[in-house]
Amino acid sequence: MTDEPLLRVSALSKFYGSRVGCENVTFDLWPGEVLAVVGESGSGKTTLLNCVSTRLLPSSGTASYRMRDGQWRELYRMSEAERRFLMRTDWGFVHQNPADGLRMTVSAGANVGERLMAVGDRHYGRIRATAVDWLSRVEIDEDRIDDEPRAFSGGMRQRLQIARNLVTGPRLVFMDEPTGGLDVSVQARLLDLLRGLVTDLGLAAIVVTHDLAVARLLSQRMMVMKDGRVVESGLTDRVLDDPRAPYTQLLVSSILQV
Amino acid sequence: MATPLVVSDVAKSFTMHLRDGVTLPVVTGVSFSIRAGECAVLGGPSGAGKSSILKMLYGNYAVDEGQIIVQHGGGLIDLASASPRTVLSVRRHTIGYVSQFLRTVPRVSALDVVAEPLVERGEDRETARAKARSLLAQLNLPEKLWALPPATFSGGEQQRVNIARGFITEHPILLLDEPTASLDAKNRDVVVELIAAKKAAGVALLGIFHDLDVREAVADRVIDVTAFAAGKIAA
Amino acid sequence: MNAQSNDIATYNFAYLDEQTKRMIRRAILKGIAIPGYQVPFASREMPMPYGWGTGGVQVTASIIGPDDVLKVIDQGADDTTNAVSIRAFFKKVAKVAVTTETAKASIIQTRHRIPEHPLNAGQVLVFQVPIPEPLRFLEPRETETRKMHALEEYGLMHVKLYEDIAKHGRIATTYAYPVKVEGRYVTDPSPTPKFDNPKMHRSPALQLFGAGREKRIYAVPPFTDVVSLDFEDHPFEVQTFDQPCALCGAENVYLDEVILDDHGGHMFVCSDTDHCEKRRADGHHGHLAPETHLASEETEPAE
Repeated sequence: MTDEPLLRVSALSKFYGSRVGCENVTFDLWPGEVLAVVGESGSGKTTLLNCVSTRLLPSSGTASYRMRDGQWRELYRMSEAERRFLMRTDWGFVHQNPADGLRMTVSAGANVGERLMAVGDRHYGRIRATAVDWLSRVEIDEDRIDDEPRAFSGGMRQRLQIARNLVTGPRLVFMDEPTGGLDVSVQARLLDLLRGLVTDLGLAAIVVTHDLAVARLLSQRMMVMKDGRVVESGLTDRVLDDPRAPYTQLLVSSILQV
Repeated sequence: MATPLVVSDVAKSFTMHLRDGVTLPVVTGVSFSIRAGECAVLGGPSGAGKSSILKMLYGNYAVDEGQIIVQHGGGLIDLASASPRTVLSVRRHTIGYVSQFLRTVPRVSALDVVAEPLVERGEDRETARAKARSLLAQLNLPEKLWALPPATFSGGEQQRVNIARGFITEHPILLLDEPTASLDAKNRDVVVELIAAKKAAGVALLGIFHDLDVREAVADRVIDVTAFAAGKIAA
Repeated sequence: MNAQSNDIATYNFAYLDEQTKRMIRRAILKGIAIPGYQVPFASREMPMPYGWGTGGVQVTASIIGPDDVLKVIDQGADDTTNAVSIRAFFKKVAKVAVTTETAKASIIQTRHRIPEHPLNAGQVLVFQVPIPEPLRFLEPRETETRKMHALEEYGLMHVKLYEDIAKHGRIATTYAYPVKVEGRYVTDPSPTPKFDNPKMHRSPALQLFGAGREKRIYAVPPFTDVVSLDFEDHPFEVQTFDQPCALCGAENVYLDEVILDDHGGHMFVCSDTDHCEKRRADGHHGHLAPETHLASEETEPAE
C-alpha cells in the first residue's frame, strides 16, 4: 500500500459556451480504489470522465497522474503522443457501447492482442496465448477467439471490451455506464466479473453510472453530481444509507424496491 | 486496561429534504467507552437509536457532532471526521461489523463471502478458506451449502454466513447488530461461545441483542441509550 | 510530321504545365527528405481515368527530361494496354526515347512489379499507387491514420497480419505487403507482389510513388532500409515457385500462370517479359519453349 494517490483532480471545469459541463470538481483517487460518479443524464458525469481521461480538454483546472516510475505528470501538459501511449498501456476505457471500444471487423483475439502489438509484442504465439487467457478470464470460450465481435451478444461484447482494456495490466480504468443497455441477468454477471477483476488486479477505477446498485456493488467511494457540480461525496455505503444532500435523498428514495 | 474506543458527545439527526427539510433528531450527547476484552450492550426500546449509534461507529452513518476516537494503526483517529479512505482502513484493520442482514453478491460462494475480509487484509486465499470452513462448521451450516452463493439461503443460514464473516478476522473492535435474531437456540449458544472467545482474546465488543438470554450470557454492562434521547420527537 | 502533331505542339513538354511540375517536384523532394511519408499534392486531371496510373504519370511527367529513356511496365509486361498507352503518351507529349530493356531505361514507370534485372544508381522507379494508406482498411478515418503515422502507432498494422495467421495459419497477404521505411513510416509498397519487397531494401535506384486519385506522393531514396513487417515466430517470406519459367527456365523470379487450353493445360512464365526475352535471346529455354528460336527484335523504338 502506498500513501500517495494515483490521480489528483483539482478544480476541474468544462464549459460549453455559457453552458456548464462540469464545474469545480476536485478529488483524489488512490491505487486500487473504485470511485463511482452518479447522477442523471446531463449531470456532467460523462463530461467529467472525458476530461479526466483526457478525451476532452477542460476549460480550467488540473489533473495529475502518478506514472509507473513514480513521477507526477500533469495530464493536460503532456504531449498527445504521451497521452495516447498512457491510454493504451496504463489506462483503460470501457465504453457503454462496446462498438465504440472494439474493432468490430477484426477477430476477438486480435481485439485483445492489439494493445500488445501496439506496445511492441511481435510474437504471434505469445500474443495468441495471452488472448486465450484473457478471453477465459472474461468467460468467453476459447473457440470464439477467431470470431468477430459482430457475431457476439451484447454481454459478450462488453466482456471482450473489458479484456481488450485489461490485457496490458493498466492501473486505472475509466468506465462509462459499463452495464448500460444490458439485460438484468447479463448485468449481474458482468458486475460480478468486474468486481472480481478489480479486486484481483488491484485496479483503480472511475465508474460513471446512473445505477446506484452498480455503484454500491463496485465502488468504495462515490460522488453525486447534479447540474455539473458535485453535491455530495463520501464512502459509498455512507452516501447511500445516510444521504445528506437533497438531491441524493431524492435519488436514493427513487430506487425501485424489488 | 486498554480502551480502544471512546465516544464523546456524539449527536445525530436526519434532515428530510423531501419533507420540507424537517429535522428528525436521533441521539445527542452520546458518550461512552469500551475497554479491550469487554462486551458492552446497547439497551433501550426500538427506535431509541441503538442501530444508528452502531452505524456511526462503523462510518456508515455520518456524525453531526462529537468525536469517535479509535485506536488505529498505533495512533488515535477521530472516526467522526475521518476521510473515507481512513474509514476504509479502520474497517479493514480495526473495526469489524456483523450487520443484521447479509448483503449478498451474485455468484460468490458462501465460503468466499466468509473468507473475503481475511483476503482483503492480505491473507492467503487458501488459508482464509480453511478458517472459513472451520467457522461455518462451528456454526452448523450444512457443508453442501458452502460452495453456493447465499442469495437463496434461508434467513438463519444467511445470518450464520454473516456471523462467520464478521468473526473470521481479528479486529480489535467488533460491532454486533442483532447477530442472533434469526437463529435457533443451538446456534445462539455457538454465537455466545464465539463472543466469549473474542473477549478472552482482548477484543472490545459492542452489540445490540434483543434476545434476553444471549444478552445475559455475554454482556459485561448495558449502556442505556434512552439517556441519549434527543428528546421531543422519537425517531 | 503531320497535322496531328501540330495539335500536340500546343501542349507543354511532358503535358503538365511548368507550375504544376514545380509543385509536384516539391512534393517529391519532400517525400525523399522524409522517406515513406505520404506527401499530399494537388493531383491534376489527366487525359486518362483514375486507376490507369494518373499518379505515376504525373510523377514521371514532372521528372522526365528530353534525354531520359523511359520504360513502362504493367504487371511486369511491356506489351499490355496500360504500359503501351502510357509509353505512347510520353512518346507523344515529351518526345523521349522509350525502351523495354530495364538496364537501358533511366525512368521506369511500373504498375505492380519491380523488374527482375537489378536496378542501378541513377535509375528512377515510378510506382502507380491506387491506395497509398496501408492502414486504410483497418482504420477508415484519415484524421486518425495521419495521427497514427505522426505518433508512430503501428500496432494496428500487425493486427492485420495477426488476422492472416489466425485465419490461414500464415501471413496470407501476398501483395501490397506493408513495409517500414528507414525504421519510421509504415508504407504501402503499392500492389506489387511481396516477392518484390526485398528488392526495395537498400535499392540503388530512387523509388517514387504516385497516387493520383488519393493525391499522395511518397518516396524511398536510394539505399534506404525497407523492412517487411512480420512476427518473430512468423517471419516474412517471399513466394516460391516449385518450377522454373516454362519459356526461359528462370528460377527465383516471379511467375504468372498462363492458361493454354480448355482442358486445364497451363504454364508458369516470367511475369517480367523483358527479363524472359533477354534470357531466351541468351540461349536459355524452359520445357515449353518453342524449339524454333525466334530472333528477338524487341529493341528500343526511339523517336
